[in-house]
Amino acid sequence: MIRGLVRFLDERLGAAPLVKKTLQYVFPDHWTFMLGEIALYAFVVLVATGIYLTLFFEPSTEHVIYQGDYAPLRGHEMTKAFQSTLDLSFQTKGGLLLRQTHHWAANVFVAAIVLHLLRILFTGASRKPRDLNVWVGTTLFALAVFEGYAGYSLPDDLLSGMGLAIGYAVLLSVPVVGAWLAVLTWGGQFPGKEVFEPRLYITHVLVIPLVMATLIAIHLAIIVRQKHTQFPGPGRTERNVVGSALWPGYALRSLSLLFAVAGVLFLLGGLVQINPIWLYGPYHTYAATNGAQPDWYVGWLIGALRLMPPLEIHVFGYTLVPNPFFGGALFPLIVFALLYFWPALERRTSGDYARHELLDRPRDAPWRTATISAFFSWVAVVFLAGSQDQLALHFHFSYVGLVWFFRVASIVIPFIVFFLVRRAARELKETELHPLRLNR
Amino acid sequence: MRRRRALPAGPPLRERDRRAENLTLVLLLCTTLAGAGFIALYFAKPDTQFLGAALGLALVFLAAACLVAGKRVVPQIEVEKERPELEHLQEQDEVLAVIAQGGEGVSRKRFLLAGGGAVGVLGAALLTPVLSCGPEANRILSRSPWRRGRLLVTERDEPIAAAGIVVGELVTAFPEGADKEDIASPVIVVRVRPDELDLPAERRGWAPDGLVAYSKICTHAGCAVSEYRYPLYDPTAPGPAVVCPCHYSTFSVTDGGRRIFGPAGRALPQLPIEVDGDGNLVAAGDFSGRPGPSWWGVRQ
Repeated sequence: MIRGLVRFLDERLGAAPLVKKTLQYVFPDHWTFMLGEIALYAFVVLVATGIYLTLFFEPSTEHVIYQGDYAPLRGHEMTKAFQSTLDLSFQTKGGLLLRQTHHWAANVFVAAIVLHLLRILFTGASRKPRDLNVWVGTTLFALAVFEGYAGYSLPDDLLSGMGLAIGYAVLLSVPVVGAWLAVLTWGGQFPGKEVFEPRLYITHVLVIPLVMATLIAIHLAIIVRQKHTQFPGPGRTERNVVGSALWPGYALRSLSLLFAVAGVLFLLGGLVQINPIWLYGPYHTYAATNGAQPDWYVGWLIGALRLMPPLEIHVFGYTLVPNPFFGGALFPLIVFALLYFWPALERRTSGDYARHELLDRPRDAPWRTATISAFFSWVAVVFLAGSQDQLALHFHFSYVGLVWFFRVASIVIPFIVFFLVRRAARELKETELHPLRLNR
Repeated sequence: MRRRRALPAGPPLRERDRRAENLTLVLLLCTTLAGAGFIALYFAKPDTQFLGAALGLALVFLAAACLVAGKRVVPQIEVEKERPELEHLQEQDEVLAVIAQGGEGVSRKRFLLAGGGAVGVLGAALLTPVLSCGPEANRILSRSPWRRGRLLVTERDEPIAAAGIVVGELVTAFPEGADKEDIASPVIVVRVRPDELDLPAERRGWAPDGLVAYSKICTHAGCAVSEYRYPLYDPTAPGPAVVCPCHYSTFSVTDGGRRIFGPAGRALPQLPIEVDGDGNLVAAGDFSGRPGPSWWGVRQ
């Protein structure tokens, strides 16, 4: 049968050489190379579960009185978007499982992207010729964060409504064009006309996923063209690539990873509650709740908005640049710009313009490792500042004290991290000790 | 004509691992059972936890089967391949030559200028329709349903008796008959002791018997200012204030909505109120500033 299939394809497409090449495609082995694959497979789960959810979700802000299965909200006024999310959670068989799995998959997706990015940066895989793919990957990262935000904004629950209000304020704060953009996007002043929800919906279920799928294809095509990086080792050079062939071992292992990712996500979706919107209730502009926390990958933006001193640019009693611009727009722009420019920045500082196919261990390049660590510690401190209210609540710290602590920490910690990491990398490089097994 | 040519069978790459093969089969059987369990549960007992456990376990068993098969059943083949040479110095020059060929004898400068101009103007033309919400934006964002004499009502459209609000209480109110979701609609009404009030001179008459009203929408990022801090004991070092739970901007209620902490850039707009003949709260005018988050050009 397989012989027949191969002949069928070859006679019509001349595919045999390509199939042979594909089956013998080489994957160098290292556990960190799986991080990008985990992100890819989480995306697969997101698309599959997302399609299922579109069958039940209604992107409409039409007001209805809830009469469904969830007793505590019966008789409450809410939008159809919120009602249909309740219904698919409580009345559709398997609906809650798919919804929670989708939500978990989004969290795991962005987490895998961040870890994958760290691996790329710490091992020097961002150097030429892969700077091209750093740009594609960084764009995917930004889109993933935005896509997640758009997704959890859809159900029109209290948490998502508060998130949208903040998103509106950030867009409104953009200099010169902000008011136009916000009014254009929302079809009026927040919370917007009935056009906004369908716009957000089509952006979340079609536009961004399509762009992301295209970029993922480009991301992978570039890898296939350039072949994978590999760590140095016996028989491995800048000129070759050594590893497992796709067929049969690697294909089976990679399939195993796909099923493992999907399996863990379904276990999480079934057993660990996430985003219980019925506890938050429907959104109204005049309602808000204390201690609200968004999905983790938006935490760094909340943190930046909370840490920012009350700085605004005023001229003659008129506001020019409102405060949310700095934390909500400028900060992420700087972070992503640094990621885009990192390969060029590293080339400039190191003077190394050569093509690199062999990876460094983090210790091999102390300056790079220290700089990347400092950069991520900067974002991480701001990220932690997003949970200041929870820290204040659970540990009885003063909220005002925490704000000042994090403001100072976001400036001081990156420098401390830089010098500590550089020192550690240099010592490890000299002594060749294992970082986690220091006694040997 | 069909050609059949079998590749010569080489020596086996390694010994068969019977135990691994059996383990793979057992794991595939487990996958089947868990998958069947999912189908059965869907019809018999569609609880989220059971469904998730069944489907998740089926996938995890399949993952384990693939892993054992990939690691221990099939031969492990290590391959070495040459990397493609990416740089083609000669072709680079040829590409440049081909490009130059196409433009030979043509005044490039003029065409570049004209082409650039055409594309630029066309781009501007395509973006022009966006302007139709331009002059509107300020107007749309500045609308307010509050007028002198407009009754304040609760979420259930009931009038609010001034006498019913005690010191330390926070009441959310809306303009009668307006859209409650409009961010210019909701206000908070609180009562403080009249001697605590420290309003600007021109707002002296805005707070009958210590009742003050402010927009409920934070001027920072548009969340509802829903937390109220009213110290019940003297000394009242941190005075009565309302807090937005999104980024913890804090506004004094005795002091015209002045921001006393957090990232907000301007005060909460105050709504002048008075008590009508029935003892209910009515607006005595519009807000002191624009409610909601700021934009380029809003009056501070």
